[in-house]
Formats: sequence, structure tokens, C-alpha cells
Amino acid sequence: MKRIFGLETEYGIAFTQGEGRRLGPEEIARYLFRPVVEWGRSSNVFLPNGARLYLDVGSHPEYATAECDVLPDLLAQDAAGDAIMVDLLARAQAAMAADGVDGTAHLVKNNTDSAGNSYGSHENLLVRRSMDFTHLTSVLLPFLVTRQLMVGAGAVIPRAVATDLRPADSNRAAPHSPHTAPTDPGRDLVYGLSARSDVMWEGVSSATTRSRPIINARDEPHADAEKYRRLHVIVGDSSMTQTTTELKVGSAALVLDLIESGAPIRDLSLRNPIRDIRHVARDLTGRHVLELVSGERLTVLELLSIYLERARALVAAGDHSLGSDASAARVIDLWTRILAAVESGDFTGVDTELDWVIKRGLVQRYLQRSEAGLADPRIARLDFAFHDLTPGSGMLARLEAAGLAARVVPEDTVRAAVDAPPATTRAAIRGRFVRAAHAARRDFTVDWVHLRLNDQLQRAVVLKDPFAASNDSADALIAGLGEAPGAHSV
Amino acid sequence: MSSGQEQIRTTRKDDVEPVDAPVAAQAQTQVNTEAVDSILDDIDSVLESNAEEFVRNFVQKGGQ
Repeated sequence: MKRIFGLETEYGIAFTQGEGRRLGPEEIARYLFRPVVEWGRSSNVFLPNGARLYLDVGSHPEYATAECDVLPDLLAQDAAGDAIMVDLLARAQAAMAADGVDGTAHLVKNNTDSAGNSYGSHENLLVRRSMDFTHLTSVLLPFLVTRQLMVGAGAVIPRAVATDLRPADSNRAAPHSPHTAPTDPGRDLVYGLSARSDVMWEGVSSATTRSRPIINARDEPHADAEKYRRLHVIVGDSSMTQTTTELKVGSAALVLDLIESGAPIRDLSLRNPIRDIRHVARDLTGRHVLELVSGERLTVLELLSIYLERARALVAAGDHSLGSDASAARVIDLWTRILAAVESGDFTGVDTELDWVIKRGLVQRYLQRSEAGLADPRIARLDFAFHDLTPGSGMLARLEAAGLAARVVPEDTVRAAVDAPPATTRAAIRGRFVRAAHAARRDFTVDWVHLRLNDQLQRAVVLKDPFAASNDSADALIAGLGEAPGAHSV
Repeated sequence: MSSGQEQIRTTRKDDVEPVDAPVAAQAQTQVNTEAVDSILDDIDSVLESNAEEFVRNFVQKGGQ
């Protein structure tokens, strides 16, 4: 079984002020993207490694990995995105200093800001069009509601679940609102699994920012629409550790494999997934009881164990889509260990591999040392530092160096992925075209499916098969790049 | 309200450590606590100096 994976990451921007004036996110984003615009004459470009880099709604720098058909490639491409962002940040910092700006820009791979605005991570998984989409989402949804127990980023959230679940409030959720939390010692907060859960308002729909669904059903396959559909999962948190990313995407892909392999699965549909997702986020014990449509009652641990045992059998039979048996084995192993850890309450077996567990260790220890409460702004600042990619300010590099955060992808593999696309998908063609067209100083346009030269001939190639790493028409287009350019305007 | 809420308490480590934890695990926990402390020491000045202002100003626009 084969599958295409992609990860989109929306990064946050912050500024630590010096003596001078404060720079807003829009100004910092302009500095960040100055080299991008110089390179590609746009703040929305495809890179030689096949990825898309752009400024999204709300001045979020966003990096969308190239299509990968092997999970380790996805981890490398995702980590390459962080490396590219850190490089842009260093250049922005230098440009700001040259302009006399006194302060430090921060780039953060997190999921919520101080006002409760939510952003972060989207997972793309290609599925066959022949699958019944309603069946597929009904099997996948209960898993996505509970997956946060394994791969949530960890977040300080209000203890109480908003009982008034009106979609109109969907964009505001986190506790550290400037109007309330830091100055209100009476706020009752807990350390939970994910802040994202409180801004989810539907199971499946095509809305995005107004009434966010767990699965976005907008049907843009970026491939042959008769064969494929792209599943767009927007419930997940951005992950700092590669081990968390691997389990996050790998476990979801294995559940899709179960569905697509036609394995009989009993109906685990939840009676109220939007209520459940909020309760699950506040329960670190896995004992929250879920009510199923069938009338059955299962704890979060029991539900995740059912999916795990099915996935384990699939992997044992070699019938999975992760493209790497070693990666599949790691996914099953960590999935097993986190459920055992939650069951026993002893997290020492997973405390370097999962974001919410690592962050909880930092928060707990800080509370012990400082006598601060969870509503203390220093806790929010610590949470931010966990996700900060800024060299010298972020904690992850120090955690890795101290053996407190695990890695999967060797650093030289990440460096290679900054320049090189995945070799086994359509991204290999796109990457070659972008590199060659740029070197030949040709005016070109690229998207996920098309390569086009903007000259008199307007030659274009359509790449409808994301699994095909070569294409004769694309080869011809690339081979012709050295010929006399057309109406190129630089 | 869900079952089994867990709230982080500001109790000392000694109070929450299971009495019968294996010696090796305790030793490992001790090593980890020292390593965590070292990292927290590194950013302590950041957390102490401008946390409130920093947090107040960290506002983005929402994404998808």
C-alpha cells in the first residue's frame, strides 16, 4: 500500500523589544521574506526541495513539505522547513540590525498566541477516491479526537469545558488572554494535552477559520481527482520532537490503512465528538469515558488500544503505507509505550519522545522551583520557549543536547533535505524544474500539479500522478531550458 | 467534567515520588531533574525579566 504524506506548518512570530520601538508581526514577516522575494519575486514560492514557502493569512510564515511517500522523508522535509525558517530568521535579524532595529525577532513553532488565536499544523494524507468518504471519516474521527493523548503539544487551558458550544466563539480559546489570565489569579487552569481541541467545532466540513472542523473536507486532491482525494486533517498540534511527529502522522496513516485495506472495523463513532475532544484534552489519565453512538462506553485508553491492536496486526503483516518497516515499528512501539505509561502513571519510558510529556516535566519542575501558579505569565513564557526556534532562545536544542528530547532524523539528512526533494515522488520533478529554471533565469510558474514556462510558447506540464518521480514531458521542458529564453523580464 | 483530572501541584518532588520506585528509576529521575534544572537555569533570566510584557504582546492573527 502506498500513500502520499505532507505537513503544513504555520509559524508564529514574536519580538523581544530592546530600547527602540516594537516591531509587529507584519513588519517582521516582511524582513523574513525579503530574501524569498529577492529569490522568487514573490512571497509565495516553490523551492528546489519541492516545498512551498509562503506568507499565509495573518502574516504567518508557512512551509508546506513536498509530497513524500515514505514517512522518514516526511520527517526530514518537515525538519528542513524549520531549518529554512531559522536561516531566514538569521538573515532577517541581520537586516533589522542594519536598519537600526533594537530587539530580537522570534520564530515559534507553536499552536496558539496570547489572545487565543489558533494556528499550527495541517496534515495531508492521500486516500483513494474509491473509498466511501463517510465511512472513512467515521472510522478516523474517534481516533483523531483521542490521538492528542499521545501527540498533543501540551497546553495550559481552562479547567472548565465551555458548555456553551457555539461556533460563533470558535476563534478564541486559550487562557492567557491579555484581558484575563495573567492578571486574574482566580483563573482555574490545568495542564492539558492540546489547546487546539477548544477551537474545533465540527467533525468534518469545508469551513476553516470560522468554524474549524477536525477534518477539512475541501476537495482539492492536487492529483488525478478520479483516483485520489486529499484528506486534510487540521486538528493536530505542531510538534517539536521528531518522535512526536512520527507517531502523529504514522498512527493516523495506519488507521487509514486499516480502512483502505478493507479490514472489518466495528463502529466506534462517538455520540458527541466535539464535547469529547474538549474533555479528552483535560484528562491526562486516559480514563475519560466516551459514549459511542452504539451505546457502548469506552475509556480513551480503551479506544486507542483497539486502534493500536488493529494497526499492530497490519504492520506485522507488512501491509502498511509508511514506506519503511523500521518507521512503522517505531510508531507501533511508541504507541504501545505511551498507552502503557498513561495506564501506569509512570512516564519515564516516554519522557524524551512526546511533546506534552516533555513540556509537562519542564512546567512541573518550574512550578516546584518558583512557587508560581499555572496562570503566571512566566509559565506562558516557558511554554513559548519550548516552541521557540530562535537560536539561543529556544529550549529544544538544549533539551536534545542534554538527552531530554529524542531525535529521529540525523542532522546531515535534514541539511540535505533543505536542498533536495524526496526522490520517489512528483516533488523530485518539481524540484529539478525549479532549480533548473531558476538557474537559467527563466520566468516560470509552479504549483503542486503544474510546471509552466512564462514565455511566448507558454509551455506547461501537468503532473497528475503524485507517485511518479519522472515524466517525459517534464524532462523535455527541463532539457529545453538552456535554449534562448522567451519574454523573460529581469 | 471528565474523570481523573490531573492538576499540577506545587508539592515538592519528594512528596510525589512513589515510595517503592526502583532504585535505578529513581537515580535516572535524579539525573533528569538535574538536567532539567540546568536548562531552566539557562532561561530563568528570560522568564523573570520580561515574561508578562512578552506574553501580552504575543498576538498573531488566526490561521486555518
